[in-house]
Amino acid sequence: MSRRIFRWLVLVLVGLYLLLPLFAMVEFSTRGAGNSRSLEAWKGIGTNSDLVAGILVSVELAVLTVAGMLVLLVPTMTWVHLRVPRVRRLVEFICLLPLTIPAIVLVVGLAPIYAWVNYLLGNSGLTLTFVYIVLTLPFAYRALDGGLRAIDVVTLSEAARGLGASWLNVLLHVIIPNIRAAIISASVVSVALVLGEYTIASLLNFNTLQPVIVLLGKRNAAISVAVSVAALLFAFVLLLVLAQVAPRRRAKAVEGES
Amino acid sequence: MTDTLAPVSAETATAGPVRRRGTGRRWTAYLGVLPFLAYAAVFLLWPTYIVVVGAFQDTSGRPTTSSIKAVTTGSNYLDAFLESIELSLVTALGGAVLGALLAWAVTESKPDGVLRKLVVAASGVLAQFGGAMLAFAFLATFGFNGFVTILLQDAFGIDTQTSAGWIYGFWGLAVVYTYFQIPLMLIVFLPAIDGLRPQWREASDSLGGSTWAYWRHVGGPILAPSFIGATLLLFANAFSAYATAAALISQGSPLVTLQIRAAVTSEVVLGQANIGKALALGMVVVVAIVMTLYALLQRRTARWLR
Amino acid sequence: MSSPGTGVEVRLVDLCRRYGDVRALDNLSLEMAPGELVALLGPSGCGKTTALRSLAGLEEVDSGQVLVGGKDITHVSAHRRDMGMVFQAYSLFPNMTARENVAYGLRLRKAGSGERRRRAGELLDLVGLATHADRFPHQLSGGQQQRVALARALAIRPMVLLLDEPLSALDAKVRSQLRDEIRSVQREVGTTTLFVTHDQEEALAMADRVGVMSAGRLQQIAPPAELYERPRTAFVAEFVGLTNKLRGSVHGGKVSVLGTEVPVLDGSVESGDATVLVRPESVIVAPDPDGNGRVVEATYLGSLCRVQVQLDDGTTVLAQVGSAEIAELAPSTPVRVTVRPSPVLATA
Repeated sequence: MSRRIFRWLVLVLVGLYLLLPLFAMVEFSTRGAGNSRSLEAWKGIGTNSDLVAGILVSVELAVLTVAGMLVLLVPTMTWVHLRVPRVRRLVEFICLLPLTIPAIVLVVGLAPIYAWVNYLLGNSGLTLTFVYIVLTLPFAYRALDGGLRAIDVVTLSEAARGLGASWLNVLLHVIIPNIRAAIISASVVSVALVLGEYTIASLLNFNTLQPVIVLLGKRNAAISVAVSVAALLFAFVLLLVLAQVAPRRRAKAVEGES
Repeated sequence: MTDTLAPVSAETATAGPVRRRGTGRRWTAYLGVLPFLAYAAVFLLWPTYIVVVGAFQDTSGRPTTSSIKAVTTGSNYLDAFLESIELSLVTALGGAVLGALLAWAVTESKPDGVLRKLVVAASGVLAQFGGAMLAFAFLATFGFNGFVTILLQDAFGIDTQTSAGWIYGFWGLAVVYTYFQIPLMLIVFLPAIDGLRPQWREASDSLGGSTWAYWRHVGGPILAPSFIGATLLLFANAFSAYATAAALISQGSPLVTLQIRAAVTSEVVLGQANIGKALALGMVVVVAIVMTLYALLQRRTARWLR
Repeated sequence: MSSPGTGVEVRLVDLCRRYGDVRALDNLSLEMAPGELVALLGPSGCGKTTALRSLAGLEEVDSGQVLVGGKDITHVSAHRRDMGMVFQAYSLFPNMTARENVAYGLRLRKAGSGERRRRAGELLDLVGLATHADRFPHQLSGGQQQRVALARALAIRPMVLLLDEPLSALDAKVRSQLRDEIRSVQREVGTTTLFVTHDQEEALAMADRVGVMSAGRLQQIAPPAELYERPRTAFVAEFVGLTNKLRGSVHGGKVSVLGTEVPVLDGSVESGDATVLVRPESVIVAPDPDGNGRVVEATYLGSLCRVQVQLDDGTTVLAQVGSAEIAELAPSTPVRVTVRPSPVLATA
């Protein structure tokens, strides 16, 4: 009984700690003249051209990054699972490397590379796709690896091959449909990452959503706060969707029936 | 294209995962991972290489240890390292304890219930994707015109603005950092707590153990490696964090990551680029040590939570 | 703690427990004599595990009493009940060796390290794992883990021993081995024991008395032989062993089935048409061109054979015959099916 009380106490206290700033943000962004509430700042999101441009670029980046990540990782990981399992450790190591090489370090080494990229492909913020794909690797790898392990990739593809399917066929019609949840998981996490990324974008001088929010914040804090709330809520909804879609892999103990 | 998958022979059919006999054209199969490796080489390994090598060069590319020396002896750099380490330590411990408590509270609720899903989703957002925006969250709460600041002034007459810049100082940063450390702890530690089988608690109970006895003899020891590992992860996370501090602090560089910003964006002092790389290298070293310890601990805990 | 060789009496009185609309325990009453091993048998969801856990204190009851050794412990918390429990699986503490696991209860009771070592060694000896004392649970097989769990439960000399399907997670061979071991250990130590299982063979082989449960109620509790030969309800007759359902009519304490008059057991219908529950070994099958059925299939099982016969009226009957007779009972052979005169249960 006291366990339950203690548990709710923890939830309430920590919940307050985490929700207070979010509430404060909503309060801050809805302040009007005098003591009234106003949605000026929120409306301003749509009219501020820098902000709109930043949102657009970030959304496009998100789409490109997800596409690039999937095209890069899904075939590679499937291939590793099926044909060259020995390379698995290496691929895993590389995918987890971004956790040890923080974005701030990466951006220091990226400057010369991006000078070259921008020379070849122009100065658009969309070129960030290349580095964002790298940033998503740890999360995407974990999600996709889980999905591939959950199904018996080898048997499925052998069965398909035995029936005459080409490798492309196997990938498209056998593997991918069966790891749909993992793909969605990896994609959602990637979208959230791209929308929230600040370090590399700002230090390479691109005006994606987050750098714009910060720059704007110096001049018009209310709008920045409002769009921050919107972005956080959006990411939250995304992750909730993810929680619904992804199967839960819990090795719960054998439950005795009543 | 030759089908190089060897047929599964009868003797291996009963083994667990399907094992294939060696294939003749093995080396061509490795080509399949080439695109991935090439990509990682260009956008991950090469920048790293640039950083590592650049730390040992001067502006004209000649090898030198002057950048490293400057970074390891210069007082403002050392101060930054110390402050970053202190901040990371404090917020790692604080976040670990509070996050573990939160994880415990969540794990006791229904596995597929609404509460758990909400908390986990919210934690995902706050822990990893909210960096710069969290700075605004805190300004909106504790800043000059913040909700709590005004509340304290109006309701209690407390003027927090005399110690105005507290949010930009060490403890202000600590409060902000803990804000994303707690959710990260939840995400990382929840699986470990989930792994505590209810039968262990029940067995301890039926053998006469109180709640304290259970946590002291069973729960605690089992969770300890995961807890320490998670704390390490939190340390690395805080140490490498940039966005929140950058959004909050536009002048001055009390932390290593901000020092790197100064070195990279510096238009005033030339030759700073290599300092930036030396600093970055220093960061990588610290984080790599922590992550190695984490990986070692992970391997140990996997044994028990089968 | 009880002293070795003397168990205590256990009584469950009118236990009730509801989960929403479901009655997990429906006025369950059970008495256990000192030193007795009672098995609770039943299908999934019948309430047997709930009953066990209520006795252990791991579940609360809505109403009713739990009395152990004459004392009412209904509201005593689990960790003060002095019971030893063995779970289905995974209950050994993974951070302790087998010896430390077994000594855990003693440690909680502030026993000295010398005594703990001695007693743990004693019990590991009893279950045959003295050589494995310093191994960790993940280094032990499933069967070995359960033996350690048993040793751990007994180390504290509990008043009652509770076994929650301890063999279900093990493979067949280990299961039957462990079954005998548990029984002999229990006899030696003499602790009153409650054993929950869904495997009737286990229950019949191990228990002094078997209680068959269904929907939170105890259908019948009796020694294995009585349960098998004199089932009190249709549920018990069908759950324990195989049963045929034949048509018959009852009058005057006997039922007429397949042309034979057979006495009825208590619990049967008084008169009129009834469903008669007959065990395969009580069915006689003999080749007969003017018989009342035809053989559908005959299965050779080694020492016995099972013959499936379809009667002229469409009913299917399962009979058990000796291997010598099977040669004459090929499929489609016309046969005469009758029953032995042993008592049967005739229900509505």
